[in-house]
Amino acid sequence: MITASQKPINEIIELVEPYKKLLILGCGTCVKTCFAGGEDEVAVLASVLRLSFKKMARPIEIEELTIERQCENEFIQEASPGIARNDAILSLACGAGVQAMAKRFAKEVVLPGLNTTFIGIQESHGVFTEECSGCGDCSLATFGGICPVTRCAKKLLNGPCGGSQKGFCEIDPDTQCAWHLIIERLTTLKQQDNLKTYIPPKNWNTSLSGGPRKLIREDHII
Amino acid sequence: MKTYSRLHEKLTKGKFVVTGECGPPRGANKDVIDKKIRLLRGFVDAVNVTDNQTAIVRMSSIAASAHLVAAGLEPVMQMVVRDRNRIAIQSDIMGAYSLGIKNILCLSGDHQKFGSQPDAMNVFDIDSVNLIRTVKDMRDSGKDMSGFDLDVAPKMFIGAAANPFADPFEYRVIRLAKKIDAGADFIQTQCIYNMDRFKEWIRRANNEGLTDKVYILGGITPLKSAGMARYMNNKVAGMDVPESIIKRMDGVDKKSRADEGIKICLETIEELKETNGVHGVHIMAIEWEEVVGQIVEQAGLK
Repeated sequence: MITASQKPINEIIELVEPYKKLLILGCGTCVKTCFAGGEDEVAVLASVLRLSFKKMARPIEIEELTIERQCENEFIQEASPGIARNDAILSLACGAGVQAMAKRFAKEVVLPGLNTTFIGIQESHGVFTEECSGCGDCSLATFGGICPVTRCAKKLLNGPCGGSQKGFCEIDPDTQCAWHLIIERLTTLKQQDNLKTYIPPKNWNTSLSGGPRKLIREDHII
Repeated sequence: MKTYSRLHEKLTKGKFVVTGECGPPRGANKDVIDKKIRLLRGFVDAVNVTDNQTAIVRMSSIAASAHLVAAGLEPVMQMVVRDRNRIAIQSDIMGAYSLGIKNILCLSGDHQKFGSQPDAMNVFDIDSVNLIRTVKDMRDSGKDMSGFDLDVAPKMFIGAAANPFADPFEYRVIRLAKKIDAGADFIQTQCIYNMDRFKEWIRRANNEGLTDKVYILGGITPLKSAGMARYMNNKVAGMDVPESIIKRMDGVDKKSRADEGIKICLETIEELKETNGVHGVHIMAIEWEEVVGQIVEQAGLK
């Protein structure tokens, strides 16, 4: 999933301050799962903002709505009436959702309420970890299903650096060394030969380095 | 046999070599380099010039290395893959060679999180093993990474780092083998304080025949104080200073601790001289270059 976390409340207040009628728009898929932008978070944020504006003696009308996904036109449509009634939209979606809204409602102000963080998983309840950088050329098969491009702080492809200590990364004692995990996993899988194989420089052309990417599925174009 | 540098030549002749280290200044002051040159001249076979070590912005390793060349000292230019993509790396290697720099040490580089500018974006386009291969390919095939024929190929003596004290230990010899296969001619190790672990690592490297394929220089850093020993053990990534060394530094009175640190160094060098597969020492006297001459003389390496 795409993970995100809510922006600090002061930053949100600054963003929405110029507007009198605000639609807080939640997104019911990824960011709901990571407790950043589902109905619950929309409701809590709306209450906090109402209270904050009341304290500042500033009138503001806040409407709440959560749609299934802000990144798909099919669902965005549902938000149309609410958008028409308000001056601005505070989107609690990932960056793709915010931009999809801005694209669809070209004349409306769409503000980001979240900081989009990464493609990851919920490792344990409330703990999310980054697993994939979307580099466009997956080599997880070589590394026993653990991605060094994403999970090694130095993107090393040919083994751990000198800072791997007791299974943890030098940059943070709470971060596991991806290479330690790769070595353990390849040992379990009896694929230790992969450890000895020289991995040539990565072709980053398929990643964001090659410029913004587009996925075209000719067979689905109508 | 063709040799790429004076350091290379000395190693081929079987000399137990000594390399020193020169950390460039945090500024454009060449005098700092000149002072370190004065302290190291005549005592070492080559001088490593660090590349924004610990991710703190300093004078470039290429420029500082060029100052050494001009002064008649042989630099080992360190190059990290943290700050440059492959385009800049190849360009800098060619530039460095054109300035008379004949040795390179290929490194990943400390993460910028530890440095003076943690907000920086890192690069890591290629890794340190890829860098070794890149320098070797440029040298041996005369082509850049795109396969383009270079009119003059940079022909450098290629070094790499090894840390026998990092985990997982079993992998450390595999990684050494990988670096040798990629093209490393010499290895400089992390500072040795845990001699037992170092000896186990070199024993395994000997068994694999790796020490016949590469020159290994053991890393030495004189301790100034017990505090420094503790700090290095606890705070510096990949360092292993055993409790016995810390206690030994603690056990002498404050005034004699620096002497004790030098004594530990000399004992380590003695052991390394007797260790099969070790071809020299790399003395990293961090901002304490004035003791290098003393260590080299007392160790009988001059």
